[in-house]
Amino acid sequence: MSEHIVPVRIYITIFLVLLVGTALTVFAAFQDFSVTVGGHELPLNTIIALTIAVTKATFVVLYFMHVRYSSRLIAVIVTSALFWMAIMFALTFSDYWTRCWLARCS
Amino acid sequence: MSHAASAEPHGHPALQHHFENMDQQREAGTLGMWVFLVTEIMFFGGMFLAYTLYRSTYPDAFATASNHLDITLGAINTGVLILSSFTMAMSVYFTQVGKSRPQILCLILTIVLGLTFLGIKAFEYKAKYDDRLIPGQLIANRTFGPEVAQKGDESEHKLHMIGSATVHQVELFYWIYFAMTGMHAVHMIIGAGLLTFLLIFSIKGRFGPEYHAPVEVIGLYWHFVDIVWIFLFPLLYLLGRHLEHH
Repeated sequence: MSEHIVPVRIYITIFLVLLVGTALTVFAAFQDFSVTVGGHELPLNTIIALTIAVTKATFVVLYFMHVRYSSRLIAVIVTSALFWMAIMFALTFSDYWTRCWLARCS
Repeated sequence: MSHAASAEPHGHPALQHHFENMDQQREAGTLGMWVFLVTEIMFFGGMFLAYTLYRSTYPDAFATASNHLDITLGAINTGVLILSSFTMAMSVYFTQVGKSRPQILCLILTIVLGLTFLGIKAFEYKAKYDDRLIPGQLIANRTFGPEVAQKGDESEHKLHMIGSATVHQVELFYWIYFAMTGMHAVHMIIGAGLLTFLLIFSIKGRFGPEYHAPVEVIGLYWHFVDIVWIFLFPLLYLLGRHLEHH
């Protein structure tokens, strides 16, 4: 049960990774990555920005918030948050995308 | 101090009678904080949902409004918050190894960085106020009414419309912007308050390798607030930059 003390060099590494991630996402934002596939524009800029953000958040959760060294129970709790978020997004968008709400269908 | 704790041979004064030992007590506290953070994730999740929905409906207006935000200040604030997360993590570390002075120093740094973030945020809000970008009639004498730049006008204080964006749709972005950054700032203020309590108790010598659950748990909260900003920064400040010169 005794707790794990995360070494300082890991904290420093994560800190630097987060800074590099921030610089990267600012740089990427000014490049136009949009591609058109079959008449639909793929929002690659958004996908890249979100990928970097999710990576940064994962590092914070695993190391700064110690989830990597915590019990399975904590990991289950964290995952449950993502699970319920996914339900909220999926159900809402299944509604908005299949009905003529807002300006989408006009 | 409870009698049950003092009756135990190695009982710590902070050990509550319904826990077996300090490890169990700390794990229970951490678990409780994580359950609270899940409710916080759902709370902010609702706003992220609104953002996603309206951005996918009015992409041009959201790009227009987003480009008006100050990317330099946004990026600096991201750095400030990441650094404050680092000093918070270091404060937890120094408590765990029982080094009181650097632990207190790290707490002070975390508070100062948190206040720096809020200061920069206030400065940004003031600039939006000056450009009449406070949505609706939140401020009676300053209703929403930004100026729209004509072709060739490079003024930073006017809106540079992209595609089919309308001023009304830009207003929707600013509702979401102020709701999300505002709620985030409220969480920062609460966090700074909690850190101040930690600082007072740390100076009193309350925490150490045996007992540091409050430092750990408030640290979790602080990191969570950092994560919210990690998502807010690209979504609010960066999403339209590549369209700026179209």
